[in-house]
Amino acid sequence: MEKFKLNPKPTWKELPIASMIPQPATSRFYKTGDWRSFRPVVDKEKCTRCGLCWVYCPDGAIRIVEDGSYDVDLDYCKGCGICAEECPVKAISMVEEVEE
Amino acid sequence: MAKRIAIECSHAISLAAKLANVDVVAAYPITPQTHIVEKLSEYVADGELDAEYINVESEHSAMSACIGASAVGARVFTATAGQGLALMHEMLFIAAGNRLPIVMAVANRSLSPNLNIWGDQSDMMASKDCGWIQIYAENAQEVFDFTLQAFKIAEDERVMLPVAINFDGFYVTHVIEPIIALDQEEVKKFLPPRKIPSYALHPDHPTTWGPIGLPDVQTELKRQLEEALRNSKTVIKEVWKEFGDMFGRYYDFFEPYRLEDAEIAILMMGGHCGTARIAVDRLREKGEKVGLIKLRLFRPFPDEELIKLTKNLKVLAIVDKAFSPGGLGGPVFTEVKALFYNQKIKPEIVGFIAGLGGRDIRVDEFMVAVERAKKALMGEKIDKGFMFLQVRE
Ligand code: SF4
Ligand code: SF4
Repeated sequence: MEKFKLNPKPTWKELPIASMIPQPATSRFYKTGDWRSFRPVVDKEKCTRCGLCWVYCPDGAIRIVEDGSYDVDLDYCKGCGICAEECPVKAISMVEEVEE
Repeated sequence: MAKRIAIECSHAISLAAKLANVDVVAAYPITPQTHIVEKLSEYVADGELDAEYINVESEHSAMSACIGASAVGARVFTATAGQGLALMHEMLFIAAGNRLPIVMAVANRSLSPNLNIWGDQSDMMASKDCGWIQIYAENAQEVFDFTLQAFKIAEDERVMLPVAINFDGFYVTHVIEPIIALDQEEVKKFLPPRKIPSYALHPDHPTTWGPIGLPDVQTELKRQLEEALRNSKTVIKEVWKEFGDMFGRYYDFFEPYRLEDAEIAILMMGGHCGTARIAVDRLREKGEKVGLIKLRLFRPFPDEELIKLTKNLKVLAIVDKAFSPGGLGGPVFTEVKALFYNQKIKPEIVGFIAGLGGRDIRVDEFMVAVERAKKALMGEKIDKGFMFLQVRE
């Protein structure tokens, strides 16, 4: 599907009438991970590939990488830290996000 | 052919909605509005109007059903009053914010407590910031004409806003008056069926209405609504002109009465303007230079037009049938005062609260208001600029 084009910072004139979304399923284009203050980083050496982080992540932001290891999809990770808390071998550390 | 008939004011609005060929009516009965929707349900039951009549369990549901129906492109009508409008409050904002051209009759009624079914304007005024176009009518003819015009105004692509037609509970709603009623052919010419917008809700092209609005977009959305309201003034003027050209009855934001050389004018909205006119006549007989400005449009507020109209006046005596407890006076009064604050030349503006909970405003009371307003000009100011006209002290 072609992405509905709207300036991410629309002026009031550019906004569709009543700020309506004129196309279905546009949430697929909406990255929700932009309000994170800490980012989970997986230590692949420590990770036992138990998959618990994948189970616990409330946003489904843990991805299974091709080689079977686990990684974080930063487009959707909100930085809650649950994965780091639940990882039985403490393979996930939360690193502060710094503005570039 | 247009025909002169006698009709109860409430039924004049039902007749107009029928002639407008509404698709959906969703309403809940409440005094003094009930006759309007009663008549409409009769039209539907008798097969005179091909519409979906939705009986709902509350006014909140009534407006919700109207919102859904209007979003798919239906022509929608409802009516309410007093507590019913208060219960709709939340959905009123949704209707305007989603830019749905619903037309609603409001049989203005006082808000409880005490349990009072009679007329004043406190119901609509409690929801005045809901983003609807708000028109006030004085009599059956205005109510009939305004309803037909309201659909045309609301559904105009440049507007796309709901319209509330206000008229006084009992004093206007329950009165039988002569009107010139238009016939179906005439109405068809003036008001064609609603043009369904391309973005209307439809299973084949889904759209999302009223999504979450983060702080990042809410300001833009509200600014857009402000623009729509402001611009609607042009369309209202156009539609009223077109109506006048077709049927001979011309309307304006104001109806001035004996204003030409007036120094003092009463300014108010709704049915009591009839009584105010008699007061003006009596004062004129005594040689007083008094006139009346009947205000028909409260939202969008006709600002520049009012400044122009009042440029020769020394005193404006504003009579409000609603007020904000602990505030700065009645809604029309505070609006007009704000309007004139930055004007170099301005009249003395005096506010009166009257007609609450159905209390009649008599001719002599209007005369007292004018007298009191004159004194304010001479320096005998009223505390805070406004007073209760009829309260027993
Ligand atoms: S920090 Fe929270 S949202 Fe991000 S991957 Fe871990 S559990 Fe999921
Ligand atoms: S919970 Fe820890 S060990 Fe288990 S897969 Fe996730 S990162 Fe690896």
